[in-house]
Amino acid sequence: MSLVTRSLTTIARPLAPAAQGRGFRLPRRLPILPLLIAGVITLPILLLAAELLTPKLDLWAELWSTVLPRMLGNTLLLMAGVGAGTLVIGTGLAWLVTAHQFPGRAFFDRALLLPLAMPAFIMGFVFMSLFDYAGPVQTAWRSLFGRSAPFPDIHAGGGAIIVMTLVLYPYVYMLARSAFREQASVTLEAARALGCGQTRAFWRIAIPMARPSLAAGAALALMEAMTDFATVRFFSFPTISEGVVRLWEGRMDRVAATELASLLMILALALLLVERQLRGRARYHQQGGKGRRPVRIALKGRRAWGAFAICALVLFAAFVLPVGQLILWAISEIDGHVPGTWETVYGQYVGNTFALAGIAAVLTVGVALLLAHSGRIWKSRLVSGLTRLSTMGYALPGSVIAAGVLLTIAPVDHQLNDWFGTGLLLTGSIVGLMYAYVVRFMAVAHKSVESSMDKVKPSMDEAARTLGARPLDILRRIQAPLVANGVLAALILVFVDAMKELPATLLLRPFGMDTLGIWAYMLAAESFWQAASIPALTIVAVGLIPVIILMRTGDRA
Amino acid sequence: MTLARWRFFLLVSGLIVVLVTAPAGAQNTPQVVNIYSARHYGAIEAAFTAFTEATGIEVRLSQGSAQSILERLRAEGDQTVADAIFTIDAGGLSLAAEEGLLQPVESEILDEAIPADLRDPENRWFAVSQRLRTIMYNPETVDPSELSTYAQLADPMWNDRLCLRPATHIYTISLVGGLIEELGEEAAEAIVAGWVANNPQYIDSDTRILETIAAGGCDVALTNHYYLATLLDQDPDFPVRLFWANQGEEESGVFRNVSGIGVTTAALNRDNAIKLIEWMATEGQAADVTGIPGGNYEYPVNPEAELNPIIETFGEFKIDPIPLNEYGRYQDMAVALLERTGYGF
Repeated sequence: MSLVTRSLTTIARPLAPAAQGRGFRLPRRLPILPLLIAGVITLPILLLAAELLTPKLDLWAELWSTVLPRMLGNTLLLMAGVGAGTLVIGTGLAWLVTAHQFPGRAFFDRALLLPLAMPAFIMGFVFMSLFDYAGPVQTAWRSLFGRSAPFPDIHAGGGAIIVMTLVLYPYVYMLARSAFREQASVTLEAARALGCGQTRAFWRIAIPMARPSLAAGAALALMEAMTDFATVRFFSFPTISEGVVRLWEGRMDRVAATELASLLMILALALLLVERQLRGRARYHQQGGKGRRPVRIALKGRRAWGAFAICALVLFAAFVLPVGQLILWAISEIDGHVPGTWETVYGQYVGNTFALAGIAAVLTVGVALLLAHSGRIWKSRLVSGLTRLSTMGYALPGSVIAAGVLLTIAPVDHQLNDWFGTGLLLTGSIVGLMYAYVVRFMAVAHKSVESSMDKVKPSMDEAARTLGARPLDILRRIQAPLVANGVLAALILVFVDAMKELPATLLLRPFGMDTLGIWAYMLAAESFWQAASIPALTIVAVGLIPVIILMRTGDRA
Repeated sequence: MTLARWRFFLLVSGLIVVLVTAPAGAQNTPQVVNIYSARHYGAIEAAFTAFTEATGIEVRLSQGSAQSILERLRAEGDQTVADAIFTIDAGGLSLAAEEGLLQPVESEILDEAIPADLRDPENRWFAVSQRLRTIMYNPETVDPSELSTYAQLADPMWNDRLCLRPATHIYTISLVGGLIEELGEEAAEAIVAGWVANNPQYIDSDTRILETIAAGGCDVALTNHYYLATLLDQDPDFPVRLFWANQGEEESGVFRNVSGIGVTTAALNRDNAIKLIEWMATEGQAADVTGIPGGNYEYPVNPEAELNPIIETFGEFKIDPIPLNEYGRYQDMAVALLERTGYGF
C-alpha cells in the first residue's frame, strides 16, 4: 500500500487504524489494553469491595460512637494542613527559585528536592525525639524558662502536619518548578511589558498556567498523607489509615479494617475529583518548542537575604536537621557496637530493598506508559474512567491493598499447586508484593507520565497518524523521547516510594526478604533510635541517588 | 522483532522467572530453620548467632507483628515456609495453637527446662523469656508507699501525673486483658476509665515513657521491666524506680507476659526447629547478649538460669498465676473496652 493511499485512508477516517492488511492486529475500537490493565489493577480492590456487600451496621454504629469521629476529624485536619502546607511551601519555593535571583539560588534550586529522600516516618521519629517532652528542645526550653514554661503540644496534630508537610512539599515543588520553567518567557515578559508587577504576574499568569502541575503535586502529597499510618502513630494522632492498621492488628479483624478502608476510598475518590476539577479541561500547550527561561528578577538587600533565609530554613528543617540527628545516632551506635548484631543482616536488607524497589519502578512505569498512551489514543470516557480506576490504589493504605492482593492471588496459587505442585509460587515470592506495588504506585507513575505527555501537542500525534504511524510507533518514536524526563521522574518517584512503603511490604514480602524500611520502623517504634538510625540513614542515602539524578536532569529542562 | 531484541526479551523473561521462583527453590536447603518472628530486631541477633555457632543451623528470620504472622500462616496453610513462630505475646501463640497452626513437641529437654506454667498444656508452644509490666515512678516526686496496684493508678491523686502506652499497642491490650481476667469486665472498665479520667499522657514507646518520667513530664507510668534495665545499663544513675504492682496479701501479683516459640504444623525443618527451642531453653537462657532473655534483660524461664545483675536489683516479687493461654481470650474484649472508655490511641 502506497504512502499516498494510506494517507488518504487516514484523512478519511482520522482516528481509525491507518495501515490496513498488515497481518493480525487487535481491533482498535475496543480498548483491550486499558481494559486489561484496569482489570488486573482493580481486581484486588473489587474483591475487597465485594466483602462490603454485607456491611456490618452494628460495627459502624460502634465505631461511630467510639473512635471514628476523632479519626475522621484528624484525617480531614491532616489533609487540610498538609495540603495547604505543601502548596504554600512547594509553590512558593518553586516561584522563588525560578523567577528570582538571590544568593544561593542555584544551590537551593536543586537542594530543595533533597527531602524526597526522607521517608515521612523517619522524619517523624527524629522530630518526635527532638521535640517531645523528654527531647532536647523542650528540655532546653524548660531550663531556660522554667519547668512550667508552655510549649506547643506536638501530639495535637501540629507535629504530624509539620513533619508531613516538610517531607511531602517536594512533590509540589518539583512539579511547580518545571511548570514555571516551561512557561514561555514571552508570556511573562509580555505581562511585564504591559505593566504587570512580579506579584501580579505570579497570581495572574504563573499560578493559573501551572495549575495542573500544582494540583497533581498536591494530590500526590495528600494521598501520601492519607495512607500514612506510621508517622501519625509516632505523634499519637490517629487517622483513618492508622485505624485500618489498628483494626487489623489490634482485633485481627480484616472485615472491619476493610469497611474502614472503604471510607478512605470515598475520601480518596473525592480528592481525585477535586484534583481533576482543579486541573480543569484547559490544556496549556507551549507553542514553538521550549522558549527561553523567564528572566529572573534580581532581589536586592533585605529581600535577597529573606529569600535565602526562607530556603535555608526549609532545607534545614526538612533535611539537615533530621539527617544530622541520624548521623549522630549512627556514630554512637557504631561506637557501642556489639559484634554479631545488626551487621549480620545489613547487607542482605540493602540488597532486598534495592531489588524490590527497582523491579517495582520498572514494572509500574512500564504499565503506566501503556496506560497513559492508551488514554491519548482512545479519547473516550470509557478509557479515562478505566485510567482513573487503575490509579485508585495510591490512595488506599498498603495493608488494604495487601489484603486484596492476597485475596486475588492465593486461590490462583492453590490451584497452580494442585496442578503442578509449585508450592507458594505467587504468595511466597515477590509476585504478590510487586502486584501490590503496581496497584499502589500506579498513580505516581501515571501522573508523572501523563503530565509530561500533556506537553506533547495532540497535533503531533495527529500528524504522525496522518503519516501512517501505528499507535505503538507513536509511543516509541514520538512520545517516548519527548516524555523521557517525565518517565525518568516516574521511575525515581516509584523507586523512592517503594523503598519507603511499609504496610504492604510487611504483609507480602517473601520469606527472608526484609527491607530497610521495616527494620527501621520496628526499631523506631520501640524507641531504639540509635539502632534505627543505621537502616534509616541507608534509606536516605539510597534515596539520595535518584534525587541527585533528578537534580541533574532537572537542570537540562 | 529482530534477533537482538528477541535475545534481550528472552534474557529479561529469564531473569524475571529466576527472581520469581528463587525463593520457592530455597525451601529445602538443609541445616536451616525459618522463623516468623514478632521480636524486634537488635536484641536477638547475637543469641541466634551463638546458636548457629553451636549447632551449624542457620536461623532465617522474617519479621512482622504477631497478628500479621498469624494472618500469613493462615493464608499459607500447609505450604508455609515457616518452621516456627516466635512472638512477644502468649495470646498470639495460644491462638495459633487453637487454630491448629502449631504442632505438639515431645522433648525431654524441654520438659525438664521449662516449668509447666510456662508452656502450652499440649506442648505446642514454649515460653523462652518473661517480661513483667509494672509501675515505674519518679523517686523525687513519688514515695513508694503511695503505690500499690494497677487499680490504684485510677485514684485522682495521679491526675496529670500518669504516662501510659496507647491502646493500639499489644502491651496495653494484654494488660487490660489481664485486668478483665482478674476482676471481670465491669471492674476492669472502672479502672481503665479512672486512668483515662486522670488525663494521662499517651506515649507509644516504653523507653520514651521512662525518659519522660526522668525529664519530669510525669510521675508514674506502666511499662515493661526490661526497658528500665536497658536504660540503667546505659546510665546506672537513671532517675526512675521500679515498683512491683499487686504484691499485697490479697493481690495476685504482677502481670506477666512471655515471648515464646512454637513449631508450625507444616514445618519442613521440624528437627532443626526443635533443636532451636531446646537450645533456647538451656544454653540460650544466658543472662548476657548470647541468651534470649539476657540480650533483652528479661527473666529466664529455666529456673536454673542465672539472673542478669541489673534485673537482680529489682528484687523478689510474685507473679499473677493467670494461665498464659488465657491472655489471648480477652484481647477482643480488651480492645473494645479501651475504645469504650476513650483510652488514647
